[in-house]
Amino acid sequence: MSAYPGQDSLRTPLKIARALGPGRSGVHHWWLQRVTAIALIPLSIWFLFLMGTLVHASYPMVLATIAQPVQAVFLMVLSVCLFWHGALGLQVIIEDYVHTRWLEITLQVALSFGAILGALACVLAVLAIWLAGAAQH
Amino acid sequence: MAEFTLPKMSKVRKGKHHAAKPGAKNVRSFHVYRWDPDAGGNPRMDTYEVDVAGSAMVLDILLKIKDEIDPTLTLRRSCREGVCGSCSMNIDGENTLACTKGLDELPQGPVSVYPLPHLPVVKDLVPDLRHFYAQYASIQPWLQTQSAAGSRERLQSPDDRKKLDGLYECILCACCTAACPSSWWNPDRFLGPAVLLQANRWIVDSRDEATGERLDDLDDRFKLYRCHTIMNCTNTCPKGLNPAKAIAGIKQLLVSRTV
Repeated sequence: MSAYPGQDSLRTPLKIARALGPGRSGVHHWWLQRVTAIALIPLSIWFLFLMGTLVHASYPMVLATIAQPVQAVFLMVLSVCLFWHGALGLQVIIEDYVHTRWLEITLQVALSFGAILGALACVLAVLAIWLAGAAQH
Repeated sequence: MAEFTLPKMSKVRKGKHHAAKPGAKNVRSFHVYRWDPDAGGNPRMDTYEVDVAGSAMVLDILLKIKDEIDPTLTLRRSCREGVCGSCSMNIDGENTLACTKGLDELPQGPVSVYPLPHLPVVKDLVPDLRHFYAQYASIQPWLQTQSAAGSRERLQSPDDRKKLDGLYECILCACCTAACPSSWWNPDRFLGPAVLLQANRWIVDSRDEATGERLDDLDDRFKLYRCHTIMNCTNTCPKGLNPAKAIAGIKQLLVSRTV
């Protein structure tokens, strides 16, 4: 944002205030951010407990634990929620502070791809361990 | 791309010093922001040593300065009793009404007086509120109905009337909006706490029939959802209102019609 809005001498202040109208997409983002935040509370507590049990575990033991279906599913849900919630939050920060249009859009697109990539990598890693463990039995 | 320094025009110089008049009983210093568009140049802080004996409010002092010391000082004021919202300004770091801010409420020492922050300055303590008023107009702050008008007033139950308490008292002084960081960063797209509180005033009005359209107009990532519940609005409101709660109410209604 450069000049303060409403300083244009030819357009009326109301024209500037109304601008392009509402985007009609606010509540969805807000709701998703809350839902992922609430989901992350039990998931984080569960994750900390899991980490606690794995602190002194050997590598094969860790693999065996992650290969358990319940742990694997929860780990994947946690990964998705974490990256989703993180991306929604960072998106808001970029909207707040980055006002150079090309940079803002570049960052938003990079953020979307980065978050999907991160979540996908985590899910695939857990899946790989799970399936490898299942194949051994 | 990123700006790390203040624009040149935002740097405030040291200004004139008006010493206390001989015989003054209770002298207090007031640092007042001064900028004159005709003179140009950077703004300055003038210091006035004022005899505050017999004065109760900051507005009394500003008018005393204008009447007795320096008639060039420009400020808005009208009702001088917290009803009109004209004399909103930043006093000792807080946006408030000069007419209801008691001298005894301020900490000891010199008092600094600035115009409301983050708005273009017209002159001295007068900010440009055109955009603020236009944003207010954009929410269509009047009763909208489709049912034909009857032979008398549109009635409202006492319980429904109570829902307007804490909303109708807003005098649009802009203290909250000028205190809101989200309004500072995105004034072009975020409506700000004052206008959103007013929007809620019409949304919760039991007689208004345009509730859905009003909510449609606010379902926007910027107009409404730039509010990050920073709560500066509620802290600073000189009328003791709670714009943050009003905004939370709008968000709640938007969710409840989706989920």
